[in-house]
Amino acid sequence: MKKIFLIGNPNVGKSTLFSRLTGVHVIASNYPGTTVEYSKGYIRIKGEKAEVIDVPGSYSLEPNTQAEKVALNIFSNAVKNNEAIFINVIDATNLERNLNLTLQLIKHKVPLILALNFWDETKHLGVHIDITELENIIDAPVVTTSALTGEGIKNLVSRITQARISQYKFKNSDIWIDIGQIVTNTQTLSHRHHTFFERIEDISIHPLTGIPVAVLILFLSFALIRIIGESIITYIIEPIFENLWAPIILKLSQQLGESGLLHDILLGRIVDGQINFVESLGLLTTGLFVPVGMVLPYIIAFYLLLSFLEDSGYLPRLGVLVDNLMHKIGVHGLAIIPTLLGIGCNVPGAMATRILETKRERFIVSTLMAIAVPCMAQIAMIFGLVGHHGIIALFLVFGTLFLVWITLGLILNHTLRGESPEIFIEIPPYRLPYFKALIKKVWMRTRWFLREAVPFVLFGVLIINLLYFLHIIDFIGNLTAPIITGMMGLPKDAVGAILIGFLRKDVAVGMLIPLGLTMKQIVIASIILTMYFPCIATFTVLIKELGMTDMIKAFAIMLISTLMVGGTLNFLL
Amino acid sequence: MDKLDLTQLPAGKEAMITEIIGGQHMLSKVNALGIRIGVKLKKLSSQAWRGPITIQIGNSQIAIGFGMAQKIFVQSNQP
Repeated sequence: MKKIFLIGNPNVGKSTLFSRLTGVHVIASNYPGTTVEYSKGYIRIKGEKAEVIDVPGSYSLEPNTQAEKVALNIFSNAVKNNEAIFINVIDATNLERNLNLTLQLIKHKVPLILALNFWDETKHLGVHIDITELENIIDAPVVTTSALTGEGIKNLVSRITQARISQYKFKNSDIWIDIGQIVTNTQTLSHRHHTFFERIEDISIHPLTGIPVAVLILFLSFALIRIIGESIITYIIEPIFENLWAPIILKLSQQLGESGLLHDILLGRIVDGQINFVESLGLLTTGLFVPVGMVLPYIIAFYLLLSFLEDSGYLPRLGVLVDNLMHKIGVHGLAIIPTLLGIGCNVPGAMATRILETKRERFIVSTLMAIAVPCMAQIAMIFGLVGHHGIIALFLVFGTLFLVWITLGLILNHTLRGESPEIFIEIPPYRLPYFKALIKKVWMRTRWFLREAVPFVLFGVLIINLLYFLHIIDFIGNLTAPIITGMMGLPKDAVGAILIGFLRKDVAVGMLIPLGLTMKQIVIASIILTMYFPCIATFTVLIKELGMTDMIKAFAIMLISTLMVGGTLNFLL
Repeated sequence: MDKLDLTQLPAGKEAMITEIIGGQHMLSKVNALGIRIGVKLKKLSSQAWRGPITIQIGNSQIAIGFGMAQKIFVQSNQP
């Protein structure tokens, strides 16, 4: 089977093109380094099935980041394959810089076709490229595309088989001279005025205006997440559960004889015909209500906002603004991107650390994330748990976690050997998010949550029932009482939540609700549930990303800091 | 015709790169984004307290850490 590789500089639209070609949707954003791994899909060319591979972006074939190493690896294997074709995706508004990789590809004598993407943007920018001339010089087919709108995709598909090994010759040391000549011969620039977006670009990167703008954007985002999340719960989810689902459950409860092991596992404890969806702990009640009724609305709200920020091109600018602060914890500003992704879910957050160059940076960002960045599922449940104690409790929980994040970061930066490199990144232009693509992305992430989280939640609820039934929770509760009760000031029952927290944090927080905790206990429990261990899914990914040795180190840091913070809070509050 | 490093060049000024100090790794890194001797650029902004510098080369904007920016020298023809 033919293999088609999409290769090109970061943020030139490879992933959007990949989705267009294969119908397989992958996350695409407006910043360099969105794609950090290998994804593949299939396409039919003249009746023949071919594999399409989306390669992480790379400026050159000499790798500088982890993602570029992944790209080079894929490329080196692909070169050995006789049936490989390379679509070199190029940002048409930055022809000169992009041609560097093109010429390197030509040196490797691989069948090549060029896709000049962002073709629609060249018109606004006053860039004119003579395609026929470029084809002649480069000695490979050149097509123009706008992956986002789909323009030019058909033409690209119909010409893929014309990809050929270019006979263009140049000396490696003269590569930039050659590129300069190609650009002079094919590209003309016309004068143009400052666009509206360029004015915003100036405002958001200038230190005097940039920081207030950043604070405003982050504040607005969090306010919107709460408003959207709460509205979905109040106007959609709760009515459905109360009016449609509850009657079905009650009927089922009658048929199952209103008690018994099966009844309790499926439906939980139902008191006087009243279903408490949060506390009853049945698979069909709590097991569904926690992920769908309490967490999902916030997941949707969070990803709407995050995806908007990603596609607009704001995140790298935020990275520049917080660069100074991030250096204090031993990483540069770009580390804010995996951290923000981690607020959605730590799993993609941990993978996104591949945009950082050194192992040291990835260790710091991942460890801090696993310890002090709660995921949206957990945050949503903390809102539910802490909510009626008001803003002070919320402030205590998230303020403490932020303090832990900073303090641990400072300590890690001082104790870990090595230095962290400086920020060095291409800042993409602002782009108005394309509505259809944005909704698609939110849907993909939501679906991913449903598929990954719901089974774990159900499994968690099942385990809780079994642990209670077998009196294991009582047993472990007594065993750990000196720490849980003595040191942290929590009731013995809280150990159930901590056990389940290994599996899912949202269910774990939910298990605290029926315990009737005081505000102090709720704050401590929410914090230590975040800190002592990431959920099992994150843990598995971290082992893969950091390696076993570093993961054991990270785990030791987790335990020690949890004990210290829990004990201190119990003493202080 | 002053020789300045990127941190000394005032924001809003255009200049040409004359010298880049650094090892193979640094050179390969900046070269990949089109930063090399003879290239014209415009400095867009610098962040407070030795924060990153942003420059424009062609149609792309690039953020560079302060320390790295100190190793890139430019010559400005503008007063």
